[in-house]
Amino acid sequence: MARFKKEKSGDLPAISTASMPDIIFMLLFFFMVTTTMREVTLKVRNKMPEATEVQKLEKKALVSFIYIGPPTQSRLYGTESRIQLNDSFRTVADIAEFIYMEREARNEADRPLLTTSLKVDKEVKMGVVTDVKQELRKVGAFKINYSTRKKAAKTQD
Amino acid sequence: MARKVPEINAGSMADISFLLLIFFLVTTTMDVDSGIVRRLPPPPDPTAETPDVKERNVFNVLVNKSDRLFVEGRWGDISTLRTEAKEFLANPNNREDLPEKKFENIPFLGEYPVSRGIISLKNDRGTSYDMYIQVQNELTAAVNELRDELSRQKFGVKFSELNQEYTDAVQKAIPMSISEAEPEDIGGRK
Repeated sequence: MARFKKEKSGDLPAISTASMPDIIFMLLFFFMVTTTMREVTLKVRNKMPEATEVQKLEKKALVSFIYIGPPTQSRLYGTESRIQLNDSFRTVADIAEFIYMEREARNEADRPLLTTSLKVDKEVKMGVVTDVKQELRKVGAFKINYSTRKKAAKTQD
Repeated sequence: MARKVPEINAGSMADISFLLLIFFLVTTTMDVDSGIVRRLPPPPDPTAETPDVKERNVFNVLVNKSDRLFVEGRWGDISTLRTEAKEFLANPNNREDLPEKKFENIPFLGEYPVSRGIISLKNDRGTSYDMYIQVQNELTAAVNELRDELSRQKFGVKFSELNQEYTDAVQKAIPMSISEAEPEDIGGRK
């Protein structure tokens, strides 16, 4: 004869955690696919201006970044705008070498497609940016991109 | 007789994957890079003469060190810059003081009067980058709006929704002719 155990009241059954690793792995893969590795540690403030007419940068592997802005550690480095290439403060004279290095790192076919993205803080004066642009012209890195944040377009009629 | 293989305890799997997850969360970024795309002109050839550009074909925009605009010899304002630039590039009434047009044969559009106008943007070393980008943005917006209008009129859809061939045609009809002028040291270097 089948006997039924009477369910004890008050004792909640434990929730199975067997699928927990799977859930976490799913999250992990999601983040691995959607994000990119942080390449540099920012040493300058980088609050970019807003614009409406922006285009997305297509191939991230073909972009080299130049950061310009006032140093975040103003006690150590002052408040004058500085140029950051890779992980250190540099001057305008180092840009040519930086661009050559960036070109060397890419394969031959991709080199003409290399874009330079200028990530400039909005309070920087144009003098530095103009110098950088002149330097880029000299080494033939003509494709540039003024990095901006997207602002919602004004509705005009 | 097969011996019983002891089962591996998978209880710590969740912890391991959590660790990995947190590692990736910390070391990666998710920001999308976007911005205003420009093409710098090649360095000037010292032997070449400066090309002769007629005054009516140039739209001068100057930004001074206190971020004020000087448009075509008058004080300008950022809010009206877009309309002014649009009128200059389109020249709808074929006015004498606005740029001339040259008929060009463009695929899908036929003979189209392409404006020969150039927007010349000049800035001071003391101009703030924010203002410079706002000006660049307005000028880009002017060109984009003109392209949109032409695209709607000819193909019935927005410019951004056109296919590659049509996009090329429209880009040819309305070129992005914004020139970032050679820097001049006004008031010396700081």
